[in-house]
Amino acid sequence: MAFLTHFYAFLFYFATFVLVAGLVFKIVQYARTPAPLKIPTTPAPTTRTGVVLRMLREVVLFESLFRGNKWTWIFGWIFHFGLFLVTLRHLRYFMEPVWFPIQLIQPFGIYGGMAMIVGLAGLWARRFLVDRVKYISSPSDHLILALLILIGLSGLLMKFVFHTDVVEVKSFFLGLYTYNLRPLPADPLLLLHLSLVAALMIIFPYSKLLHAPGLFFSPSRNQVDNPREQRHIAPWAKKLEQQ
Amino acid sequence: MAKATFDVPELSQYTEVPPVTPDTTAHSAPFKSKPEWQDALGFPGELVEDWQDKAIDKMGELLGKYRSLRVYMDSCVKCGSCTDKCHYFLGTKDPKNMPVGRQDLMRKVYRRYFTLSGRLFPKLVGAEDFTTEVLGDWYSYFHQCSQCRRCSVFCPYGIDTAEISMAAREIMDSIGVGQKYCNEIISKVYRIGNNLGLPGPALADTLEGLEEDVFDETGVKVRYPLDEEGAEILLVTPSADFFAEPHVDGLIGYGKVFHEAGISWTISSHASEAANFGMFIGSYENMRRLAQRIREAAIKLKVKRIVFGECGHAWRVAYSFLNTLAGPWDFLDPRYPVPQHICEFTYDLIQQGKLNLDKSENDDKVLTFHDSCNVARASRMGSTPGGQFELPRAILKATCNHVYDMDEDTIRDRTFCCGGGGGLLTDDLMEIRVKGAKPRMDALNNVIQEKGVTHMAAICAICKSQFTKVLPYYGMEMDQIVSLHQLVSNALVLTPGEDDEGPGEDDDSGNDDTEKETDEAA
Repeated sequence: MAFLTHFYAFLFYFATFVLVAGLVFKIVQYARTPAPLKIPTTPAPTTRTGVVLRMLREVVLFESLFRGNKWTWIFGWIFHFGLFLVTLRHLRYFMEPVWFPIQLIQPFGIYGGMAMIVGLAGLWARRFLVDRVKYISSPSDHLILALLILIGLSGLLMKFVFHTDVVEVKSFFLGLYTYNLRPLPADPLLLLHLSLVAALMIIFPYSKLLHAPGLFFSPSRNQVDNPREQRHIAPWAKKLEQQ
Repeated sequence: MAKATFDVPELSQYTEVPPVTPDTTAHSAPFKSKPEWQDALGFPGELVEDWQDKAIDKMGELLGKYRSLRVYMDSCVKCGSCTDKCHYFLGTKDPKNMPVGRQDLMRKVYRRYFTLSGRLFPKLVGAEDFTTEVLGDWYSYFHQCSQCRRCSVFCPYGIDTAEISMAAREIMDSIGVGQKYCNEIISKVYRIGNNLGLPGPALADTLEGLEEDVFDETGVKVRYPLDEEGAEILLVTPSADFFAEPHVDGLIGYGKVFHEAGISWTISSHASEAANFGMFIGSYENMRRLAQRIREAAIKLKVKRIVFGECGHAWRVAYSFLNTLAGPWDFLDPRYPVPQHICEFTYDLIQQGKLNLDKSENDDKVLTFHDSCNVARASRMGSTPGGQFELPRAILKATCNHVYDMDEDTIRDRTFCCGGGGGLLTDDLMEIRVKGAKPRMDALNNVIQEKGVTHMAAICAICKSQFTKVLPYYGMEMDQIVSLHQLVSNALVLTPGEDDEGPGEDDDSGNDDTEKETDEAA
């Protein structure tokens, strides 16, 4: 028992460290790499506000994907929105008292979990059924889908079939804030669920999951279309002018 | 009509997405550049000895210099949204011509050398060593991308395969593997001043000939000046405009528009080329060197404005990059954007009612408009987003009575490339040029059948050359592609100058009012 608690405590400290440090590293790297030329995909907004709106539509509605492929869009959007609700629901394990909005979201989080599975299943099916998508899929693409589906299924099973002691789970995680190790229930399903989540956190900064921060740094989406009005020049390009 | 050594795709009413058929165009590769041209551009003459290390170093350098490359290498989730968007895939069925398939040629090398997962588990994440075979694939498939950006429209992260193709070509150039077409042409600009290698005297001759032709036809002295110091406007136009058909008819049109505007203008023999092939090979240094020629010409000729002729990639470099590469332009007239597109110039005159246009002159044609890829997705005209679609169409409608658009899915920002952009407009790539044109040909054929369209207008030198060559493969006539300003030229009723003996049969009355108000930029 003590071993399990210690192991999972260590696992989550480690996973959190990798996730945060890895993401900070990548974000700093993206931010520091200059974009020497104006390359927004046009028509593009001519103001900063316009760009914020464009970005908002991309992040919330997946606008470009909608134009590109309706099936991928509907499954992809269902999955991401479901995951978003599930994540909000899970926040109750990490705060005391629980914020009111998080209390309100609780029942929707369950539907979110189901939606997530449906979306993922659709996305995975495309990897087998559409020859073009099959061609571009590598083993890691399948594994990430498997990982996410297993996380969802194990979570739903705990909700509806094999209940676990959520009060103890919460006390375990709250204890981690103060390096105060409290026992974690030894239910196999819970341990599986938590291991998979930790795995997801660890691979995040080293995989295609980087699309999340990547979108915000994509020059074809985040640049203002004003090259004639404002001179845009990168530091390394500026040096060429001084030669 | 035209003889082909390959199967020309059959036209269909709507372009269908073909089944994935690997390696159908693996054999396609352009001629290699020679040491003399490589040298002129600052690249090694032939494949360097430790090319693998050098290439990886170069990739690392570019990853640090271009945020686009860095972010695009990491972000792809293989969702498949781009897979049916590239005209080369639609025309060849080769999955390495799917945008993500093309990107992955570089991404697998990136993952192997620059990511932890690729170093530890190459098979799992699809990472691969940079082998001779991979380099061969690079040379072949990164020269089957016209950098048209259609994929970037539909990518949820805006991943632009053009950025990746450019980087790949830059890496290959840096290890001595260059493409003949682009690099020979760039070296020609450095030596002579334009892509076609037309020296100053030949240019002067050609322009003089144009003046005579226009006078013979209209009885009005329209000037086509070269290297005239103190002119108001410097016109920078693709060199194909100086003699190729239908390009030259467009140039005749620009001259007539300037004539009617009453604004002095000139072409420069030093900057007698609008196209900037430095972009095709992803070389910032070469692109900058080419753009600087325009700055030098503008200073030398003491012009106040710069106007670009009809050219797609050129307009991208002009609109989006010229301020960066050769600015600031504070010595020019601040009342006008730098540079301006000839369409913006003509459109403004039409709006002000300064052009007397007789649409019936184009009544023998039914027209449609081809949005050139780089104008559509990498630039703008006018002051509002999307002006690049509206201004040319407004000009078309002001000069022609019969105009129909092609299928919405194939125009504006969803337009298909002509198949010859991005440095592929060379005979050694004829097969993919013809196959890549299929989606545009499908849509064109559709309006020909349904609306009786006879001609397609374009505003890009590459589009015009490409269609002239490719239309016959699909059973159409080469002269069905026209310049937009050719139509302006047909419709424009010229105002005779004082020393003109007056036009023969086409006497234009009621045109005197416009003449007096034409000194808008005095």
